[in-house]
Amino acid sequence: MARKISYQQAINEALAQEMRRDPSVFIMGEDVAGGAGAPGDNDAWGGVLGVTKGLYHQFPGRVLDTPLSEIGYVGAAVGAATRGVRPVCELMFVDFAGCCLDQILNQAAKFRYMFGGKAQTPLVIRTMVGAGLRAAAQHSQMLTSLWTHIPGLKVVCPSSPYDAKGLLIQAIRDNDPVIFCEHKMLYSLQGDVPEESYAIPFGEANFLRDGKDVTLVSYGRTVNTALDAARSLAGRGIDCEVIDLRTTSPLDEDSILESVEKTGRLVVIDEANPRCSMATDISALVAQKAFASLKAPIEMVTAPHTPVPFSDALEDLYIPDAAKIEQAVLTVIEWSRR
Amino acid sequence: MSTPLTTDQLLHAYRVMRTIRAFEERLHVEFATGEIPGFVHLYAGEEASAAGVMAHLRDDDCIASNHRGHGHCIAKGVDVYGMMAEIYGKKTGVCQGKGGSMHIADFEKGMLGANGIVGAGAPLVVGAALAARLQGTDGVSVVFFGDGGSNEGAVFEAMNMASVWNLPCLFIAENNGYAEATASNWSVACDHIADRAAGFGMPGVTVDGFDFFAVHEAAGAAVERARAGEGPSLIEVKLTRYYGHFEGDAQTYRAPDEVKHYREHNDCLMQFRERTTRAGLVQASQLEQIDADVDALIEDAVRKAKSDPKPSPADLLSDVYVAYP
Repeated sequence: MARKISYQQAINEALAQEMRRDPSVFIMGEDVAGGAGAPGDNDAWGGVLGVTKGLYHQFPGRVLDTPLSEIGYVGAAVGAATRGVRPVCELMFVDFAGCCLDQILNQAAKFRYMFGGKAQTPLVIRTMVGAGLRAAAQHSQMLTSLWTHIPGLKVVCPSSPYDAKGLLIQAIRDNDPVIFCEHKMLYSLQGDVPEESYAIPFGEANFLRDGKDVTLVSYGRTVNTALDAARSLAGRGIDCEVIDLRTTSPLDEDSILESVEKTGRLVVIDEANPRCSMATDISALVAQKAFASLKAPIEMVTAPHTPVPFSDALEDLYIPDAAKIEQAVLTVIEWSRR
Repeated sequence: MSTPLTTDQLLHAYRVMRTIRAFEERLHVEFATGEIPGFVHLYAGEEASAAGVMAHLRDDDCIASNHRGHGHCIAKGVDVYGMMAEIYGKKTGVCQGKGGSMHIADFEKGMLGANGIVGAGAPLVVGAALAARLQGTDGVSVVFFGDGGSNEGAVFEAMNMASVWNLPCLFIAENNGYAEATASNWSVACDHIADRAAGFGMPGVTVDGFDFFAVHEAAGAAVERARAGEGPSLIEVKLTRYYGHFEGDAQTYRAPDEVKHYREHNDCLMQFRERTTRAGLVQASQLEQIDADVDALIEDAVRKAKSDPKPSPADLLSDVYVAYP
């Protein structure tokens, strides 16, 4: 039975349902309850934006506040995951990976291969990503391509409440380390979400809109921006296909190629910085494997090669918006060999 | 010397130390032939530390090691032939030739891996101890790091968390005097690494790492404390390494006769032999039999490792993930 709830509620519900199903699942992170050792409420925050609120009392002893020690607690989550429990570890902002990259890059991601296939590290790192909250350069990054680059990690970027719940449930059940990227500007987004538990498989892109003229590929928040642009362009007689990658590792190459072979035009929308990004990765994929289908050069709509600025006047320019996507679509539609 | 150790336990400890020594000295010789790929960091000289700590651990207790990890692996019960084959990069190695000397692991033996990143094991064992707590077992987790690792933030954060959560952890700082080529009496700002325990709310002791019985006693108390739910401990084990940071290190930073002095006056195997036989706890002939067994074991491991097959091309792509569409 579906009803409308927010992206944030969907994540909370996925956590609660999985913790109820599997007693080995537990949550750890900075203020995931909020108030450890303090004289007042021990579930004061439920995460810095309240995403895990209420779980502390529902699951006694399984929602663990940690000291502000990203190396320590992310490393502890990795170690615990090798010992038969399933940690869901919250890295408050993905930017804080600067403190604990080793535990993800050199430990969690490497164990299975480096130890000859004997290790399982069923770890989820939930982390807040993206710009838009006027949080400036150290709390706003989109580091998806960094994670996607690393063999051994799976990378998930839900764009809707429905996907957030189903992909998080899959992430918790998955036996590999998963970086689960929650876009901070989507937490209040409402959408239809079934009450019952369901898992969305990794590596299967979601066709959100069928179209014959141009393929728009994105992930995370900008999927919604791409849909806005597609709706606007439809009014001008341009028919866009919109593909939500859902996961960037594994990547559903077949769906991208299948769509471009149909439309002959590609616009990739990526909120991340432009160099060595998902945008360049997908563009290279299509250039290499669907070159003959292309009727126009590929367009990329990305953030600029700058840190995320603070002032709203600048941050709004930084983030790919529908107008930029529409312009890119017009460019590929109007392109001709002359 | 007062010791609660049985003859069998003493003989086991000697066998562990003797196996580590023979394994490492053989690698030192074999590495010089150019047949062993990559980096090799030898543990020879430090045997009493691994043997003294591991004497108290069960298979369901776990350890995390470091780049100088062969001794910890052997003492924790990892198969010696499988280790040798791994160091030779062979398919028959404990990690199928995909880890090498710095990444030997055997989860069934509670060996969470040697580690190429200095200090990285400390948070991992905090997690392993947390898992034991959540699962309701009395399992203990132990990390071995060096004087170099003792200066890593990962170790500081892990020690603080272990105390905050009162976890069953041991932090074993094997202070061999040098982090690579840098002296610990320069790089460690306090007099003893063990002094740092106070800052993290746990007991810390410094022990003579050439003396198996000193390590055994200190580790026994710390393991007992951890199993009883009384929290983590730090033990600084002072010892030396008989070889360089890695094989090929000319060690010009060391005093000319430094290693010779330790080998002649402090060697852990020499001390163990003298003390146990003089006290009549074991017979010299029993130790000689172990020497012969160990030499045969190492010879056999090297012979098999050299002739074993390398991984096949298909192994390049396997085991990155448990499942990946």
